Amino acid sequence: MNRGVPVAHEVEYVTAMIGGQLFGLPIERVLDVFTPERLTRVPLASPEVAGVLNLRGRIVTAIDMRRRLGLPARGVGEPSMAIGIEQNGESYGLLVDQVGEVVKLPVSKLDPVPANLDPAWTHLAAGVHRLDSRLMVVLDVDRSLEHEQETAAA
Amino acid sequence: MNELLRDFLTEAHENLDVIDVELVRFEREPNNADLLSRIFRLVHTIKGTCGFLGLPRLETLTHAAETLMGKFREGLPVTPDAVSLILSVIDRIKEILAELDRSENEPGGDDDDLIRELERRAFGGELPGDGQTVGTLVYQVLERPLRAGEVSLDDLEQAFRDAPGPDGTEPAEEDRRAHIERREEERRDPTPRAQTLRVQVDTLESLMTMVSELVLTRNQLLEIMRRSEDSDLNAPFQRLSNITGELQEGVMKTRMQPIGNAWAKLPRVVRDLSAELGKKIELTTSGEETELDRQLLEHIKDPLTHMVRNSADHGIEKPEERLAAGKRETGTIKLSAFHEGGLVIVEITDDGRGLDARKIRERAIALGLVGEAEAETLSDSQIYRLILAPGFSTASEVTSISGRGVGMDVVKSNIDQIGGALEIKSVPGKSTTLRIKIPLTLAIVSALIVEAEAERFAIPQIAVVELVRVGGDAEHRIERIKNAAVLRLRDQLVPVEYLSTLLKLPRPETPRPEHFVVMMQVGGRRFGIVVDQVVQTEEIVVKPLSPRLRQIELFSGNTILGDGSVIMILDPNGVSAVVGGNAETPVAHETPIERASAENADMSVPLLVFRAGSREPKAVPISLVTRIEEIEATAIERSNGRHMVQYRGGLMPLLPVNDDVKVRSEGTQPLLVFVDRAHSMGLIVDEIVDIVENRLDIRVGSKTPGVLGSAVIDGHATEIVDVAHYMPLAFEDWLHRSQTTLEEYTRRVMLVDDSAFFRNMLSPVLMAAGYEVKALASGREALAVLENDNKFDYVICDIEMPEMNGFELAERLRANPRTAGLRLIALSSLHSPAAVDRGREAGFTHYIAKFDRGGLIAILKEPLLKWARAA
Repeated sequence: MNRGVPVAHEVEYVTAMIGGQLFGLPIERVLDVFTPERLTRVPLASPEVAGVLNLRGRIVTAIDMRRRLGLPARGVGEPSMAIGIEQNGESYGLLVDQVGEVVKLPVSKLDPVPANLDPAWTHLAAGVHRLDSRLMVVLDVDRSLEHEQETAAA
Repeated sequence: MNELLRDFLTEAHENLDVIDVELVRFEREPNNADLLSRIFRLVHTIKGTCGFLGLPRLETLTHAAETLMGKFREGLPVTPDAVSLILSVIDRIKEILAELDRSENEPGGDDDDLIRELERRAFGGELPGDGQTVGTLVYQVLERPLRAGEVSLDDLEQAFRDAPGPDGTEPAEEDRRAHIERREEERRDPTPRAQTLRVQVDTLESLMTMVSELVLTRNQLLEIMRRSEDSDLNAPFQRLSNITGELQEGVMKTRMQPIGNAWAKLPRVVRDLSAELGKKIELTTSGEETELDRQLLEHIKDPLTHMVRNSADHGIEKPEERLAAGKRETGTIKLSAFHEGGLVIVEITDDGRGLDARKIRERAIALGLVGEAEAETLSDSQIYRLILAPGFSTASEVTSISGRGVGMDVVKSNIDQIGGALEIKSVPGKSTTLRIKIPLTLAIVSALIVEAEAERFAIPQIAVVELVRVGGDAEHRIERIKNAAVLRLRDQLVPVEYLSTLLKLPRPETPRPEHFVVMMQVGGRRFGIVVDQVVQTEEIVVKPLSPRLRQIELFSGNTILGDGSVIMILDPNGVSAVVGGNAETPVAHETPIERASAENADMSVPLLVFRAGSREPKAVPISLVTRIEEIEATAIERSNGRHMVQYRGGLMPLLPVNDDVKVRSEGTQPLLVFVDRAHSMGLIVDEIVDIVENRLDIRVGSKTPGVLGSAVIDGHATEIVDVAHYMPLAFEDWLHRSQTTLEEYTRRVMLVDDSAFFRNMLSPVLMAAGYEVKALASGREALAVLENDNKFDYVICDIEMPEMNGFELAERLRANPRTAGLRLIALSSLHSPAAVDRGREAGFTHYIAKFDRGGLIAILKEPLLKWARAA
């Protein structure tokens, strides 16, 4: 589960747009997709923590993937969606710009992360899929939840 | 593990704990047959089960212990040695049980040492068989567990021994006893077994979680109901709500355990300690039935044991020492628990020697916990808190009892963890009391919901002392000294911090005129958090923070409110650490005034440092300053060469500190505002520099009017400004009017204070209030003067003075008929209730804080008739 490269021939991904780039999340890690509402900002948290919210009685920590990927912040009023995931019994929501369809892709089409990719992205990427029209970066879900060291220390 | 074995272990542990306690009681009441039967029965139960489960080692050991106890029943004298022996058997049993727990097997080895000793006692100094049988006695153990109805060889042996014979033992005693016992068991057993049920803790925990969720959902529904008009829903909702409440209470109850469980081991601990330390100590307990969440109970078990050990080791004196001090030979440690204001209070009090503030201070300095100068400024109660600092231990030699590296700091951190609070009180030579305040449960807490910059936060009520409205037309307001925000609250200056600043929330463009200060108390430290609004109080279900947020020390958790939104819960300990730096360093720990009140002869005082007319700093005790203001320079009016400003509905005269100060005509003008009864005066300064804590040691006196002298502050020679000089300048009629008063009722006061600074500071104040003042530097001088002239209306006397302190002076004045009628006012900062009592005993009629100038004047003005009503 950690690098998103299972043994099966085909893997299903939930696709999402983050700052103009297409990402894919292994479907078995995705619990649900929801519209983040009533997000409570958490003062003093690292910048990629967008806040906490109540999802059916559970407290979910929302991680802004734009921030996490070092992309410019979402403009005011720009809609966002959240992809619900779980790690060690804790609920998280990854904030993305848009959630797309679920795609089933052959493992053979998965390429390693190109050497010249931004190191921060390389860390979060489990590989790249060549789709017909574009490239899809496979997101390493666990790494997305790691602390950004420099911000955690602040 | 085998279910049967697990049950046995649980039950055996419980039984052993009871035996521990009962045995210690039994030692004191050897004639209590009931107690003995109970102990006997418990041991017997363990023995019986061991036989059943095939645990020969345990069985043999318990059997031997049972035999000795049987002898006690027959009238063998109960000696402390014998009880110690049985206690060591209990310890051995625990060791074996621990191994059983780990490996499910009885450990190898034997207990011949204990068994031999048990039998020696049981059979009057001779090993059974000694002198009758030659050879070794081998404990014969069956290869398999005994079946029901079978008797072990040992029992048989025993029966033979007990049978009538040359040794003259009573016939068949064992049999008869066993018979009676069985009957007793039959009589007692059935009922209690049917009423209790063992439940896995996990089951209870998950029930609790679900109930918490249910409470949240109920709160959410409630919120919706408030908005909805549908009255059909009201009745069922009400019912749902009630049931939820009852369910919550019920589940909470299942988690509750009597606090007695946490201190069940303590009688034994104390007993062993008294033996080890050669002291006589009695442990009394009350309120053991007070219930507490089991999770909390776990957290306070160790702290309690540690504190009791400390009391026994450091608190209680040796018998000879106690007798010499006129106390009972036996020291008492009192353990009590009770409910108070939704909290559980646990107190550990010993009637020992009390805490030695001097020793603690020295040790704290030696350990570098506090600077020497700093230590001088601390009050005794602040000094006491130093024992909570990591690495502190007052026992000069490390004893095996309490000096084992686990200190009071661990106690404190355990208590902090559960959101509790620890207080220390001590009367030197008499007692020490440790008081723990614990919330009833961790899961659901009562919280204050506050708002700052439109964001809401929860503050646990346990830490909240009071709410104060500030700004606008409120009585209080927040003042700033450089960047530090402070609030005057009664006679204290309390550091406050804006929640928005703490949390780095965006600042609004226009600041609100009005705020609330949530006064909080954490440990010995008091501080205020400034918020925009207090929304409501709510019972919240604390949910742990996501690991992503755990590093933020200002939050302890989060919760979902009734309206469905998530809010963060502030951690009072974390906030305290941020507002005051390290929470356990006493300087950051207390407010300046509190610190100032810790004064002795060469006390430190918080000083306001400013510049006026020159580069050299000037200072004035901050306690004399009523407010620090910055006014628009254009608001300053000039008439007849004097400066005035419209201030709080009146005209306030302004005076430059000296002629070199330029009164500004544009921008803002900093002022020090002094208020004396109806009069306010503004002292014009160039710049407020800082507030510092300094020992006021006026080295060089001054002839310059308005300057008391100079002192070295932060390495700079600093002039200490004499505020009393300016008052008459500001109000021409001020002194004048006072003088008429003086003529009308000439009153004389004697001021006894070894500190020249205070004599200088208070004399003009007293004179201005219409008194003729005789200022003296010591009790000896005072006695000498009073010997010839006792016509003083009041003697105002400092308490902390060298040679003869204020208490002694008062006692001597009261003892002398010539001076017994004088009215005595104690001037001190040790305004602990104990000190006030002491003052009253010594004969003081009033006891007031040294900096409370207003209070002093008020007392002096009190009509004489009221005088008898002492402070």
